[in-house]
Amino acid sequence: MPVMDLANPSRFLILVERVLPWLAAVTVCVLAVGLYQALLVAPDDYQQGATVKIMFIHVPSAWLAMFCWAVMSVAALGTLVWRHPLADVAAKAAAPLGAAFTFLCLLTGSLWGRPMWGAYWVWDGRLTSVLVLFLMYLAVLALWRTVEDPSRAARAVAILTLVGAVNLPIIKFSVDWWATLHQPASVLRMGAPTIHSSILVPLLIMGVAFMLLFLTLHLAAMRNEILRRRVRTLRLMQAQAGA
Amino acid sequence: MKALIALLVRDMRLAVRLGGGAPMGVLFFLTVVVLVPFALGPDLALLRRIGPAILWLGALLASLLALDRLFAADYEDGSLDLILMSSVPLELTVAVKGIAHWLTTGLPLVVAVPVLALFLGLDPWPMAAVALTLLVGTPALTFIGLVGAALAVTLRRGGLILAILVLPLTIPVLIFGVAAANTAIVGPVSFGAPFTILCGLTLISFVIGPFAAAAALRHLE
Repeated sequence: MPVMDLANPSRFLILVERVLPWLAAVTVCVLAVGLYQALLVAPDDYQQGATVKIMFIHVPSAWLAMFCWAVMSVAALGTLVWRHPLADVAAKAAAPLGAAFTFLCLLTGSLWGRPMWGAYWVWDGRLTSVLVLFLMYLAVLALWRTVEDPSRAARAVAILTLVGAVNLPIIKFSVDWWATLHQPASVLRMGAPTIHSSILVPLLIMGVAFMLLFLTLHLAAMRNEILRRRVRTLRLMQAQAGA
Repeated sequence: MKALIALLVRDMRLAVRLGGGAPMGVLFFLTVVVLVPFALGPDLALLRRIGPAILWLGALLASLLALDRLFAADYEDGSLDLILMSSVPLELTVAVKGIAHWLTTGLPLVVAVPVLALFLGLDPWPMAAVALTLLVGTPALTFIGLVGAALAVTLRRGGLILAILVLPLTIPVLIFGVAAANTAIVGPVSFGAPFTILCGLTLISFVIGPFAAAAALRHLE
């Protein structure tokens, strides 16, 4: 079982050291191609002009924002059910990344909204549910920081993550219901359901690039977290020996 | 069953006799509602229109107040260890503690609504709608709060982190509670649809709350 082999943090570290440089290189290449395609090759929108380029950052960020919570949920199951030693490391490493992608999604959306809708913020259903997702990420981060012992924090956060995973669809549904109640014709509707391939292809490349970026950062953050815990253990042992 | 009833009676006695659970919550609720006109101005027409929202917000905040002591007090005096070791399923124990907590903090808020509604100039029918939605909705707030209370048991600043953890999860309850209560004011929209969903949310919280809280308590040590 490869997953069980990786339960040994030392073996995982060796693997990360071997894979990470290649992964980082691939990420940089794909990101470069994606950005080139998105910013220079893809045509301007006939109505939105150059602001349509914001979408190439915005949409992948939104995908990743949701994907990170999914990763955290799987890791939470790993922590609670199988007590996999790396699961809580993975969950902890994913939380700040998820928060960052969600923030990026909100920020770019707001920058796009100012020229397009005339307001940085609109209480639309989708915007509001992403904002709530952001709040949930911050709550998870806050819980990580308040519990000192990493393994106890991990179990508390795992439960919160799973409760969030059940609740987020409910929140999404309620917010949509609430938004349609308040403003019937939403501005967010895309003009046409299909996106022209000249925009779709760069968007998909950017999506893959963001996924690779997440993978690289996640592996690096997991490595750092393992090392940080080792330092912590060593310090505790040192303190005990000194006492 | 006997153990559960004993626990219910004990928790309610503690809540009534120590630290004034119910009156404190209602007093806080009253203060929040009294503060609103100072912020908005004494325009009774405006207050009447947003009255249900004010009452719901006040009740939501008031229901958070005593939540951080729900398990923390038991943890400090050691009774939580006894509860954990008992043969009664922990989920049931937690649910009973939630019910006791709601009876001593949530229900008084519902009872206080008619009086507070007078301050906001609500007519009888909107007042009844707010009271009814709070009667159905506050148990959901308590049972969602159970999870936060169980997670924050051992934390030094449990009350603060509790609010951060719990409030985002209460958004659906707030949305449908206020929506159902508002139908009595805005008019033609039907009361039934949002109210039924509110009932559904409460039932879901009855399932998720005790299980997640029990899981959090089991992982304490």
